[in-house]
Amino acid sequence: MSNKSLIVENVSKQYRLGQVGTGTMTHDFKRWLYKIRGKEDPYSKIGETNDRSKKGVSDYVWALKDINFDVKQGEVLGIIGKNGAGKSTLLKILSRVTSPTTGHIKINGRMASLLEVGTGFHPELTGRENVFLNGAIMGMSKSEIKSKFDEIVDFSGVERYIDTPVKRYSSGMHVRLGFAVAAHLEPEILVIDEVLAVGDAEFQKKCLGKMKAVSGEGRTVLFVSHNMGAIKALCDRGLLLENGTLTFDGNIDECVNRYLSINQSGENTGRVELPKKGFGSGEARINIVEMIDYEGQVSETVLYKEPIKVRIHIDSEISVPTASIDIKISDNNGTLLFHALNQYQNIPFSLNNGKNVVEIEIENNLLPGRFMITPGIHNASTSLTLDMHENAIAFEVIKAAKIASESYPWEWILAPSKINIIKLK
Amino acid sequence: MNFTTEIKPKNKWYDIDFKAIWQYRDLMFLFVRRDFVSVYKQTVLGPIWFFIQPLLTTATFTLIFSVVAKISTNEIPAPLFYIIGLTFWGYFSTCLTSTSSTFVTNAGVFGKVYFPRLIMPISIVISSLIKLSIQFLLLLMVWLYYYLTTDILHPNITILLMPFYILLFAGLGLGFGIILSSLTTKYRDFTFLIGFGVQLLMYATPIIYPLSLLDDQSYIIKSVVKYNPISGIIEAIRYGLTGSGVFDLGLLAYSFVFVIILLFLGIITFTKVEKSFIDTV
Repeated sequence: MSNKSLIVENVSKQYRLGQVGTGTMTHDFKRWLYKIRGKEDPYSKIGETNDRSKKGVSDYVWALKDINFDVKQGEVLGIIGKNGAGKSTLLKILSRVTSPTTGHIKINGRMASLLEVGTGFHPELTGRENVFLNGAIMGMSKSEIKSKFDEIVDFSGVERYIDTPVKRYSSGMHVRLGFAVAAHLEPEILVIDEVLAVGDAEFQKKCLGKMKAVSGEGRTVLFVSHNMGAIKALCDRGLLLENGTLTFDGNIDECVNRYLSINQSGENTGRVELPKKGFGSGEARINIVEMIDYEGQVSETVLYKEPIKVRIHIDSEISVPTASIDIKISDNNGTLLFHALNQYQNIPFSLNNGKNVVEIEIENNLLPGRFMITPGIHNASTSLTLDMHENAIAFEVIKAAKIASESYPWEWILAPSKINIIKLK
Repeated sequence: MNFTTEIKPKNKWYDIDFKAIWQYRDLMFLFVRRDFVSVYKQTVLGPIWFFIQPLLTTATFTLIFSVVAKISTNEIPAPLFYIIGLTFWGYFSTCLTSTSSTFVTNAGVFGKVYFPRLIMPISIVISSLIKLSIQFLLLLMVWLYYYLTTDILHPNITILLMPFYILLFAGLGLGFGIILSSLTTKYRDFTFLIGFGVQLLMYATPIIYPLSLLDDQSYIIKSVVKYNPISGIIEAIRYGLTGSGVFDLGLLAYSFVFVIILLFLGIITFTKVEKSFIDTV
């Protein structure tokens, strides 16, 4: 199965920033003047890479620059990158919503793109009418929809409302019906953008299962998501986009790790200053979070089996005699692993009016990998959260010992702190 | 290796995918159905509104232009004269105004999924055709009333060209509409222009007056109305139904050629714009 179903060659896309106004017309006119004289577009050479956080000089920006890749038939490709890296632009070009500024794309087979579920739903029409309309927009013929209609309704789970106008639907039902139609498309190539971010847990599971089934049938899938768990579960190969350029193409696990490291290194490891208040009343504020290594130095890494030390600087406007402080540790995919709270172990904690610095030491049972910390402070007597920062700092547990020559026996299990085994018989 | 689709920055001007439009014909008819059905959802009178609107306009026109202003209607009973003009003018103007906003109103759908964009304006022209046929029924009733009660109407064989006339109107509405929609995409100034432009154009068309009324007017006024491609068709329809009006094969041929060129230019600009309009809409 080495048939290629998609070849992307030198694809770039340029956008003009700012508003359409008289200036645009001058540019259009200049372009046209150059064109009739047989010269190259004067604006196609300028433009900068697309870094949204920095102010640029030019009005033109390259949302995508020289993208090259190809996809074999039956391959499930994950596309990841930060917001604004160009993922959606790439999908838009692939699904022919917009055209590239330069480059070519060759597609083999029928392609369906799901940039949104329920595209073209008309609020006044009933669910039944919308299934037909939406299916046809996605490229199905009427007879195809008719033959799958019962299956679609069954999958969506909104049978009771099928003859009610869609405007009366809850947003969840809307999405369910939309995805149900999309799931019954039978294209050779399926392009999906973040549609799983909606719907309840049960439905998300159903969607993931359906997508797995689709890829199992030998169809090509291109999947964009910020959910690393879903990406890893579905895809074999990953593309990493950074500021409009393709920086990695290969094994999905490596791709995800790269993404997480560009996402975090230098940004929120070691020492993180939090200039704004997070979730909470803000009467006391977490200003700085630091990871401390065994030598007492600020560090991005924690050695395997070595305690995790977090130092938190708090500025408080009030004094809280019975306060509580907690640390949540989650993995790469954002799944919460455990929650450490001083009250669990009856450790008293209070906040003084003014500056406070606390150091928290947590027994380290984590296997090597990357983890994130969510620190929080609360008023224990009122149960009010004062300040909390979701995934404020990241750290890495590394496979190394204090002294280079020494090494730990690796236990490939995530060991709980304490186990009790009671023999009943 | 064979590839079914190739995406390029720009297509050649003649690269229009008519096959894809045919493949999406089911979608076209679903859009037609949607446009037609959704208009009268949650109304009590439903499709009857399609009757009430031209009826009231005809009554108003009869009152103002015939009774008050005393503009000649060439022996044709005034209500019949106006209803003929208004029914077909109405078809042309709805086609034009609704297709001219194709890109702007459908940006949401067009931004998410690909299908041949021409499906949208074509479906509008077809769904307006349904409205036209309902209103044509009303016109026939008025016509039948005068045919049975008076002997001033002399229908003739040229009325068999009616489908051809309607096609010309559809072509004019679609052609102007898609050209304007391509322009409106980037520069919204055109939306304002379309609003009053259509209204002004009506006065340059023999809707509220017969073409013969201009016989003693200046050459400029006469030629503006005469070279308006709609004039010849409206007059020919009137002639076919009542025996009074101008049936000029030259004018009809002119309109026909005009429609062909208009559609040709329209489709080319439309397909050029549709490729990346979403970036500038």
